[in-house]
Amino acid sequence: MDRRVVITGMGIYSSLGKNLAEVKESLYLGRSGIVFSPERKEFGYRSALTGFVEKPDLAKVLSRRQRISMGEESEYAYVATREALQNANIDETLFDKQIIGLVYGNDSVSQAVMESIDIVRQKRDTTLVGSGAIFKSMNSSVTMNLSTIYRVRGINMTISAACASGSHAIGLAYLFIKQGLQDCIICGGAQETNKYAMASFDGLGVFSDREDEPTKASRPFDKSRNGLVPGRGAATLVLEEYESAVRRGAPILAEVLSYGFSSNGDHISTPNVEGPIQAMEMALRQAGLAPDDIEYINAHATSTPMGDANEARALTQLFGSAPFVSSTKSMTGHECWMAGTSEVVYSLIMAQHGFIAPNINLEEVDETARNLSLVKNTINQNFNVFLSNSFGFGGTNSALIVKKL
Amino acid sequence: MSRDEIIDITNTFLTEEFEVESEVIQPEANLKDSLDLDSLDYVDLVVIIESNFGIKLESKDFTNVQTFNDLYDLIGSKLHAIA
Repeated sequence: MDRRVVITGMGIYSSLGKNLAEVKESLYLGRSGIVFSPERKEFGYRSALTGFVEKPDLAKVLSRRQRISMGEESEYAYVATREALQNANIDETLFDKQIIGLVYGNDSVSQAVMESIDIVRQKRDTTLVGSGAIFKSMNSSVTMNLSTIYRVRGINMTISAACASGSHAIGLAYLFIKQGLQDCIICGGAQETNKYAMASFDGLGVFSDREDEPTKASRPFDKSRNGLVPGRGAATLVLEEYESAVRRGAPILAEVLSYGFSSNGDHISTPNVEGPIQAMEMALRQAGLAPDDIEYINAHATSTPMGDANEARALTQLFGSAPFVSSTKSMTGHECWMAGTSEVVYSLIMAQHGFIAPNINLEEVDETARNLSLVKNTINQNFNVFLSNSFGFGGTNSALIVKKL
Repeated sequence: MSRDEIIDITNTFLTEEFEVESEVIQPEANLKDSLDLDSLDYVDLVVIIESNFGIKLESKDFTNVQTFNDLYDLIGSKLHAIA
């Protein structure tokens, strides 16, 4: 029997808000979460713009032993996961009764690495870095921590696939469930954005330097776009096999219809047109859908000149002007490792509430995107089927098709 | 440094680091049980002792440490050795 994979819970902690309700408000209003960071400028950043959300205070929520192993990205992931589990009606006792898995996207832990090495350099003694350093200094830090906090007994792994990490995490969780290997998996993406995390990325000169207008700096598909702005936070989804979700009376929000993927086989940082098309075509085939069936596309578009242009070409070639298209990165900046999950959460919030959030700062549409149905201002529009694109360094591509139920 | 000073400094960082009430710390109480220490916590104990007293302990130094008094004695003897 064909197993269907549904979404039964979601949670978010981002520059648009600390929970689903706050994020819904920001999306509807087209509110940017981007600020100028004096700390980054002082540190030597070419562009000191960043998506901003305060760090959560978990002192009263988690024990010292639990917190001491958590870096910024794990803290965000915990808060997003707590909200997703609450919405999915999953309490801690279910982890004892049922095998639940964990697949999370994360691709850096720079702060923990830097800080522990600084101590060793200063003290010339590795035993003085403390017990939490190693657990904070590995890319799998998020899954290490969440699996311990929740006593996860199923699949337990981190996916590192650059800026497509969060999307591949959903895709792989979907496949594990589809294949009958798991019935329930927590999946998501997390992103640190301390001053260490983005320094080398900034060094490439690909961040927007529109520092005098932070909220206008991220402008995907706009003719005057001049680079991306990094964002931060975490997003979590609970994926379940449909029958299993029904049996436990879980709220069923949406169905993951397909997961398309590809690799460009091309340049390490410059995206192309063919790779994304291959991933999106794979997703359409798997879902048994025609391009016209897609009602909304949450584009990867990060506000870089080449990336947006090539995605616009790919979308135009495959979909023409049929679906509405927007990039929520215009408000959040590029949430990198987390973006693949957060953008599914943003899209699902829109689908639940019958609107499409704007691609803000779209003042003059780029020539390459002129045939797309770009959403400049919030529109009240019911829709069910959407596609979310995520592309990353090395040419890794992921395309997810989701249907609101 | 007097023993009273050692006790004051030690109790302050133990309550802060291991997030326990000060009443938990009694001279003859068991250190491991009172602070709910696991093997990883001893790594952090080495770090905070070094940062507060400038002395470097190793895990084998804790072999005979059962009570808080034992810990004060251990710190006192190490401080005395480098004085």
